Amino acid sequence: MAAISRDEVAHLARLARLAVTEQELDLFAGQLDSILQAVARVGEVVADDIPPTSHSVPLVNVLRDDVEAPCLTPAEALAGAPDPFEGRFRVPQILAEEE
Amino acid sequence: MIKETAAALGAKIAAGEITSVQATQAHLDRISEVDGRVHAFLHVDPEGALRAAAAIDARIANGEQLGPLAGVPIAVKDVIATKGMPTTAGSKILEGWRPPYDATLTTRLREAGLVILGKTNMDEFAMGSSTEYSAYGPTYNPWDLTRIPGGSGGGSAAALAAYEAPLSIGTDTGGSIRQPGAVTGTVGAKPTYGGTSRYGLIAFSSSLDTPGPCARTVEDTALLHSVIAGHDPMDSTSIPQPVPDVVGAARRGAAGDLSGVRIGLVREFTGEGAEPGVMSVFRDAVESLTKLGAEIVEISCPHFLYALPAYYLIAPSECSSNLARFDGVRFGLRVGDDGSRSLEEVMSVTREAGFGPEVKRRIIVGTYALSSGYYDAYYGQAQKVRTLITRDFTAAFEQVDVIVSPTTPFVAFPLGSRTSDPYQMYLADLYTIPTNLYGGPAISVPCGLSEGLPVGLQIMAPTMADDRMYRVGAAVESVVGTLTPPAL
Repeated sequence: MAAISRDEVAHLARLARLAVTEQELDLFAGQLDSILQAVARVGEVVADDIPPTSHSVPLVNVLRDDVEAPCLTPAEALAGAPDPFEGRFRVPQILAEEE
Repeated sequence: MIKETAAALGAKIAAGEITSVQATQAHLDRISEVDGRVHAFLHVDPEGALRAAAAIDARIANGEQLGPLAGVPIAVKDVIATKGMPTTAGSKILEGWRPPYDATLTTRLREAGLVILGKTNMDEFAMGSSTEYSAYGPTYNPWDLTRIPGGSGGGSAAALAAYEAPLSIGTDTGGSIRQPGAVTGTVGAKPTYGGTSRYGLIAFSSSLDTPGPCARTVEDTALLHSVIAGHDPMDSTSIPQPVPDVVGAARRGAAGDLSGVRIGLVREFTGEGAEPGVMSVFRDAVESLTKLGAEIVEISCPHFLYALPAYYLIAPSECSSNLARFDGVRFGLRVGDDGSRSLEEVMSVTREAGFGPEVKRRIIVGTYALSSGYYDAYYGQAQKVRTLITRDFTAAFEQVDVIVSPTTPFVAFPLGSRTSDPYQMYLADLYTIPTNLYGGPAISVPCGLSEGLPVGLQIMAPTMADDRMYRVGAAVESVVGTLTPPAL
C-alpha cells in the first residue's frame, strides 16, 4: 500500500508554501512514497517507554547577560532585502481591500 | 608549494622563508589552472585573499608572533557566512546574497591569520551526498572527473585533493565532511556537536549540524580544529568546556604506537550493501591497527541499523522548519511580485523557483513527519530511536576507546548514477549517521584504494574526546601515508 498519495503531496506542498508543478507532483509522489516506506522502519523498534532525544547537548536555558552589545544597523539589516522601503521590508499585499 | 602541508606552509611563512602572498598566489594560480574542470569553488576572492595575505606578511615582518596557521590559505564551504563575500548555500534562493556579518567560525579563521581564498561548492543547503544537488552544477572528483566528490561538502574536499587549498572548512549533518573526505582521499573531521559554533552557519538540521576541519593530513586537520573549536556565547548549544588537545594527540599518534588502545568493531555493520573492495581495504586497515598494538573488540550496537531511517525523519523535519525563513521577504530571491499575487502566493512561487528538487523533497517529508496524526509514528518515534542509539554508543564506550568502520559503503560513484532514486543516495550515509544522532566526534582518514579510488576509515569517539580519534587517525596515516591522485 502506498504511504502517501499524489493528493497528499500536493496538500503538504501547499502547507510548506511550495508552488510545485504537475510534473513535480508526478515525480515526487513516487519518490516520497519509497522514502516514507523506508524510513517507516523506525516503527519496528519497541520504544514505548523510551524518552525522546531532541538534542545531544544537556544544556538548558542558556541566556546571555542583559547588556547592550553591537548589532547590525538598519541599513545593514536591509542590505539583502528584495524590496526595502523607508527602513522597512516591503511585502505584497497581505489583506484584501475589503478586509 | 601547493603540495605542502598547512603545517609546513605556516612554519615557512613564520620563519620568513616564503611570504603569505606567495603561498596565496600559488593557490590562486592553481585554482585558475584546474577549477574549470574540478568546479570546487562557487566564488574565488583573489583581491581579498591577497590583501589579507599582505596584512599577515606585514605583521610578521613587524616581529609579531602569530599562530601556526597564520598566512596559510583556506577554502570555506558556502554555507558559512562571510561578510561581504557571496554566501549561497548552493541555492538559487540565496544567489547574490552577501551576509552583513561573519560567522563565529569565519571570525576565528581571520583572527588566526588564515587567508580565505573563496567559497566552495556543495549540495543545496547541505542536502546530498554527491554535490550534484548544487544549483550551480556539480563538483568533479579530482581522482576521476566522471565521478562524484561526495557531498554535501564535495567542493571543500575536491579543493584539497586538487591542491587548490591546503585546508578547508566543511559542515557535517549526516556525513557531509567525512564522506567527501573518504571518496577524495583526504581527511575530514566532524567535531563533537557543540564543540564548534553554529553561529553564522545557515541552518539545515540544527540538532545535528556541526562545522569542522578538512585537510590532506591528520595533523593539519587537528591544527585547524584547534583554531575553530571552543565555546561561543553566540551559540546556545555551544559546550562551555576546554577544547581537547587534538594537535598533541595527532602528533602522539603519528609515532605509530597504539598499545593499550581498545578499538571497537560494530557487529551490526556486517558489510551488507557495501562494496567488497571497500570492505577488503577496511579489514586490512583494522589488521594494521592490531600491528600497531591496538586491541580489537567486537561490540554490539543493535540500533545502529535504524539510524538511517531515524535520521531521514529528524533531519527533514528540522529542515522543513529552518527553511521557512526563505520567504522572499528579508533576503534572497523574490519571484512573482507583480501586483497580481498575494504575499502567500509570492512566497510559494519564490520558494518553488528558488529551491531544487532534493530540498523540496525534504521539506515535504519533514512537513509530513511533523503533521498531526503522523507526528508520533514518525518524528516522535525517530527521536526515541535517537535515544537508543545514544545508549548503544554509551554502552560501547564502556568497552572500547574508539569505534571504527568504513566511512561510506562505496567508492566515488559515477555522476548521475544515484539521482533518480533518492534513497540510493541516502545509503552513502549508512556508517556516518549514527555519530550525528549521538553527537560525538568522528574522523575519516584515507586507508587505501579500491579499484584505484580512495577508501576512508571512520574513527568514532565519545563526546568531547575528539583527541582520541586524532591519535588513532594519525597512527593509521603513519602506516598508509597520504594518497596522491593522478595529475589533473
